[in-house]
Parts: sequence; structure tokens; C-alpha cells
Amino acid sequence: MDVLYFLIGCSVFVALIFLGAFIWANKTGQHEDTQTPAIRMLFDDELSVQQDSEIKTPEKPSNQKK
Amino acid sequence: MTKNSQIDQKVNCYHCGDSVKSDFYQADDRDFCCLGCQSVYLILSKNNLDSYYKYNQYPGKTQKEKSIHLEYLDEEKIAEKLIDFKDSELTKITFFVPTIHCSSCIWLLENLYKINPAILFSRIDFTKKQANITFKHHEISLRSLVELLIAIGYEPIITLQDVVKEQKNVNNSALIRKIAVAGFCFGNVMMLSFPEYLGISKYENKYAAFFGYINLAIAFPAMLYSGRDYFVSAWKSLKQKQLNLDVPLALGIFVLFLRSAIEILTKTGPGFSDTLCGLIFFLLIGKWIQERTFYHLSFERDYRSYFPVAVTKMTATEEKPTQISDLEVGDRILIRNNEIIPADAILLKGNASIDFSFVTGESIPTKKVLGEVVYAGGRQLGQAIELEIVKSVSQSYLTTLWNNENFEDNNRRFKTFANTVSKYFTIVLISIAVLAAAFWMVNQDSTKAWAAFTAILIIACPCALALSSPFTLSAALSIFDRHQFFIKNTATIEKMAKMDELVFDKTGTLSAPNANNITFSGSLSDEEKQLIASLCRNSNHPLSVEINKFLQVTKMHPTQDFNEQIGYGLEAHINGHFVKIGSAKQVNIIAPDDAGTRVYVKIDDDVLGFFSFEQQWRENLSSIIADLEQEYSIHLISGDRDKDKKTLSLIFNESRMHFNQIPQDKLNYIKDLQSGGNTVCMIGDGLNDAGALRQANVGIAVSDDINTFSPGCDAILSGSSFGKISKFFTFSKDAVKVIHRSFAISLLYNVVGISFAVQGTMSPLFAAILMPISTVTIISFTSLSTHYFGKKLNKI
Repeated sequence: MDVLYFLIGCSVFVALIFLGAFIWANKTGQHEDTQTPAIRMLFDDELSVQQDSEIKTPEKPSNQKK
Repeated sequence: MTKNSQIDQKVNCYHCGDSVKSDFYQADDRDFCCLGCQSVYLILSKNNLDSYYKYNQYPGKTQKEKSIHLEYLDEEKIAEKLIDFKDSELTKITFFVPTIHCSSCIWLLENLYKINPAILFSRIDFTKKQANITFKHHEISLRSLVELLIAIGYEPIITLQDVVKEQKNVNNSALIRKIAVAGFCFGNVMMLSFPEYLGISKYENKYAAFFGYINLAIAFPAMLYSGRDYFVSAWKSLKQKQLNLDVPLALGIFVLFLRSAIEILTKTGPGFSDTLCGLIFFLLIGKWIQERTFYHLSFERDYRSYFPVAVTKMTATEEKPTQISDLEVGDRILIRNNEIIPADAILLKGNASIDFSFVTGESIPTKKVLGEVVYAGGRQLGQAIELEIVKSVSQSYLTTLWNNENFEDNNRRFKTFANTVSKYFTIVLISIAVLAAAFWMVNQDSTKAWAAFTAILIIACPCALALSSPFTLSAALSIFDRHQFFIKNTATIEKMAKMDELVFDKTGTLSAPNANNITFSGSLSDEEKQLIASLCRNSNHPLSVEINKFLQVTKMHPTQDFNEQIGYGLEAHINGHFVKIGSAKQVNIIAPDDAGTRVYVKIDDDVLGFFSFEQQWRENLSSIIADLEQEYSIHLISGDRDKDKKTLSLIFNESRMHFNQIPQDKLNYIKDLQSGGNTVCMIGDGLNDAGALRQANVGIAVSDDINTFSPGCDAILSGSSFGKISKFFTFSKDAVKVIHRSFAISLLYNVVGISFAVQGTMSPLFAAILMPISTVTIISFTSLSTHYFGKKLNKI
């Protein structure tokens, strides 16, 4: 059962790594803006000019538009 | 069928979605409502940024009104104050851009480098409506950058009191880190305490000691790092000879740690590390919830947010943009169309037609003659005027309202329910603990005395009590939020529940601004309407805009020889007719004295009649006030003449109606009410209410556009939700009721716990179970019942 000492050591160590990761993320400002990146990732790199025809029949307005 | 085809024919502006009234503005087969929208489109399409229009339909905002002078951005001294960082190559700046509203906005503003490669980097924060831009200042000046933003329709708000920078300081990431550490400690301690809960057999005792040491080691940072604020706050409050809620909390935390350390080190028990970490963790979460803020709103605005950063100062040789704070008495300044007058000044040259809507809420401009004093805060409409400053900015009539230092006390004096209770709570708690200890000492059982004393302080630690206010009030805050009523902080809700007197401003508060009720006396043919609309279209005067809205003419004619005489009216040749509209003088007739605001129409030689403008009251005003009158005494206080007195006396008590009140009068009126021991809520909108809003126990600013103008206040009410105001007050009372009830529940838990604790027989397991259960009960009770009461707000 002495393996318990080792296992608990490991588990606390792993937990400390996650705590450290969280604090690092917090210090580098990754929690400051949680909304914009979610929108930003949906942008295509470059919408091609051929898609121009789509404009004349626009989709329904997105619900973000107020 | 016919209905359908009509809808199809209606053309919307490709940029902003407004209806297009003429085919005057076209580009690439697309229609635009105005030159502004068209030019934004042209800039974007030239730079291959068409995708802007693909993410959303009509992503733009209308560009109809524009004309801004930005010379001041070239002044090194002014620019320095605005930027975040500058080195030899790069400049970083953060703008507040209220027009950011959809994903297209983000996309466009983050692709600015495609328009100008000197812009290296731009990042948008959507919730805060901020743009963070890095650019090479040798290649693009700050001024051209701002001009570019304006050209594509994203005008940043640049003010002296930089809202953006102040909000940057609002930072609760330190608290979040503390929560993270507390959560880490809580989780690990719970894991290591489980063997103890399940029972450790005799031959495994060496593990129990080991777990105990680790638990104690983990509880250390939880107490010293995460729980530090409680000790600091308790110490401060003791120093001021007060007992706030943090005193029993800090005491509980400390006793928990002390007893755990003694038990573990002397191997007499497993200690209470689990309860300790859990307590700190839950308390911090409550604190975090309470400190939630609205990033997009500013409640701390003062006059500096309204005034421009700089004005043009005239010296004998040159015209130079000067920072407002550097202006001195005797300086001559030039105020152009749409600029705001920063200090009280005398009119030297030009036709002044001043829009005091920021100050009074009245959108109809006032004329001033040469030599007359013009007060700060007015906005010039029409040609440029020259003024000589008679009072410095900070001494001006309007600004002195803010420099009144005694405002702050008023807010500090208020005690929240939790703070009021905590005094008695702490005293009772300590006396019970001391009495129990004394009882066991008398009975010659010193171990039990120690056990009972510490157990009472531990079990009665007001964790649930400390959580009931934040959870109830923050739930209430988000319910208010959903109904377009934005409250600065949770304490304001408690204050709202205690009001006795409500003071209303008139213009802009009881009446909807810009929604004038227009009637035309006389008759107009369709063609005549078209002529009038074509003429009015050329003017930015608020009344012209209103008339055009009223006429709803779609067919426009080109105008010739257009001439706008500020303060008189407009004239032009249209379609072979000579059209004149404006004041009675403009059309050479004499109007009766009490006519109110009238705009006469003259086509060729005939005066056809006049438009008259009346205040449009908010919907259901009389029933709203009648509702409120059942519980509060209602006052009306207005800066206007008493022309509406008759109408309003049907709704308001005549003795509580006051007209012709200058801002200082309003402030004093609130003070007078307060000196009678009443709590007063001021509901107003304009800058002229600003002093009263701050003086009042609760100041509510009514605003029809939440993102733009509202003076410093405790809460911002959207004009569209004005009808719910009486329900809002009721709901704030309900929220306080919920706090009282949850307090009763947590007391009940305390009584149960203490009854065990006084006997000195409380086990760690019992504490570890009771504490989270009471916490969870309180959290679920407060959120559920607050939402239950909140549902009432949905009924109209």
C-alpha cells in the first residue's frame, strides 16, 4: 500500500500543472475577452470574388445583428 | 398579390438597410441611402473588402450625419494622452467604437491592414466595443487613422475622460486566480479527506497522519493567499470600530485553521481542512458574482465625456487646436457646426443657434445674440461662431455641478442588509462561544471547553449569509439587465427598495426626445409635400429632420439656390416654385405670442399653413405615474417653461411640480427632500440633471440610446422600458425580501449546528457536510425565488 505515497504525489503534481496552466492563461489575458474569438474563428481566410452572386440574395440576417 | 409586389419594390440601402428614397446614390448596381454609405462601400470594394457584406445583411450603420474636425489629433500633447504606447516606430492605441455591433464589424476592423498597410495589427473586443490598433506612426498619422475609421463608418469616441482607459483598470483576474487556487485546494483536500469520512481502520493509521499533513499543507495557501482579503477587510473594519460581515468570516477561517493545525500536529484528530478550503472557495465565488460589471456601459461619466478633446483657439496670427483644460479666461475660440462649447463664453461673432439637448434634453435650438453669454455644453448648429471665454472649463456653470465633493458621503452612509446584520450576528456569536466555553470550564472539562468554543465559531461561520446577498442581487441584476435596466452595482438594488420619494425630470424623461408630435395646420397636396420634403432634406436642423420623417415622401426634386438662414429657416427654388419654410419672420407674418414651436410654409406667394410641434409623452405615462403614486410621493422638476403644466397637472400633484429650475435648483431640491430624512430617487436624462442624479440616493438616467449619452448615475434605464419602472421598484423590494428569507434559512442551519457545537461533540464530518449543504440551499433558494419574482416583470 506504500504506493499510495507515490500516487498521491503524482496526482497533486498533475493538478499543480493544471493550476499553473490556468494561472498562466489568466495572467496573459486569455480570459479577458471570451466572445470575440468565438466569432473570429468563423471567418474564412479569404472569401473569393466568385461568391459575389450570393450577395444579391442575401441570407437571413444573422441574429447577432441588432 | 399587390401587397407583395409593393414589398419587393421597396429598396434598402446596401450598406445600412435604411429605405432608399431616390436613385441618386448608386454604385455597382447597388442602391444607397446617402453619400456616406455609398462612399464606405466604395472604399471597401476598392480594397477587396467586399466580404464585409457577406457575413451579415446590411452590416453598416447609417452615415447620414457627419462633419468632424480632427486637427487636434496632430497636436503632440493631445495625442500623447490618448495613446497606450509609443516607440520610435510603432504606436498602440485603444479606441472605443460604439458602432461595433455584428461579426462583419469585427471582420472589417481586423482587416484594416488591407486598406492601409501601415496598420500592422488590429484586434476587436466585441463585448467592450473596443478596437486595439497598432500602427507605424511615420506612415500613417493618428489623425489619418481616425479619419480612415470614420470613412468606413466606425467613428471612435474620443473624449478627455477616456472611458476606455478607465475600464482597463477594472480587472478581477486577481480574484479569479484566488478562486482557482482555492478550488485546487478544495478539490485535493476533499479527495484526501474521503478515507477519513469512510473510516480508516486501525492498521492504516499511518496514512491518516500522512493525509492530515498534506491537508494542512494545502490549506495553508488557501488561507494565506485566497482568504487574505477577508483578514485585511476584517482588520480594517475593526480599526474603524465597526463589525462588518468579514469579521466573523475571518474569525471562522482563522479558528478553523488553528484547530485543524493543533489536531493534526498533536494527532488528536483529522482537522477541518476540507471545511476551510470549501468555505473560502464558496465565499470567493460569491464575491466574484457580486463584482460582475457591464463592460459596455459607463456609469461614471462626467462632463469630460461630453466635451470635445480640443477646440480651435484663435490668436492674432493663427488658429490652433488647444486642449480644453489649457483654455484660459479671455481666450478666443472658434466653434464650428456641430461642435460643443466647452466653457461659458460671450458670443463675439456669427449667428449662434445653440442646441442644448445634452444639457436640457430640449432638441429645439436656442438663438443667441452678440454679447450674450453662452453656457458650456451647448452645441452650435450652422455656421462657425467666435466666442470669448469668461470662465475656465472647470469653473463653468455646468461643470461646477460635478466638482461638488460632498456627493461621495451620501453613498458611503448606506449600509447594506448584510452589513447591518453582521454587527448583531458577530456579537451574539462570540457571546454564545464564550458562554459555552465558560460552562465547560466551570464543569472542569477544559478540552470540551476548547472544542465547544472553536466548534461554535466554525459551524456558525456566516458563509451562507455572506452568499445570500450576492447571489440574490446578481440574479436580480441580470433580470433587470434583460429588461433593459442596467444597474451599476448590487448595492443599488437594495437602495432602490428603500425609496420614499421619486423625482422626475420632464424633457427626455417623461417625454420621448426626438419623437415630437407634429401636426400641420392647413392642407397640403402631394406635390406640395414633395416640395417641402425636398427642401428639408438639405438641412440637418432637427426640425427639418422631423418634418421629413412626418411627411414620408418618397419622391424628391432637385433644389436650386438653397439657402439656410440659421434661426430663421430654409429657402430654395424647386421645380419652378420658390419654397420658403421657417419661422414667422421667414414668411413675413406675425405669429401669436403663445404659439410654441411653429414652422411656417410658404410656396411662391402663399403661406399654406404651419407645422406645430408638441411634446410626445411616453406611452401610458398617466397609468405609470398613478401606479407609482400608490407607494411613493412623486415630484416633477423641469428646466422648461411651464407650457405643459396644464397637461401634467392631470397626472401630477400640482404642489410637487416645479418649472424653470436651473440644474443647481434641482440639486438643492433633492437635498431639501433628503434633509427631511427621506430617501430620494432622481430619474432624469440630460446633463442638467447630472448634479441631481448624483445627489440623490439613487440616480436613474433614462436614455434612448444606451451606448451614447448618459450622465453619471447609479442605473441606466432604456427609454423603451420606461413603462416598467414601477415593476422595477417592486422587484427590487422582492429581491430584498428574498435576502431576508434566505438569511432566516441560514440562521436555522446555524441554530442546528450550534446546538451540537455547544456540547463539544461536533465531528469534522458533520461540519464538512453541513457547510456545503447550507451553502447549496442558499444558492438554489435565492436564484430560484429571484427568478420567480423576476417573471412578474414579463407581464405587461
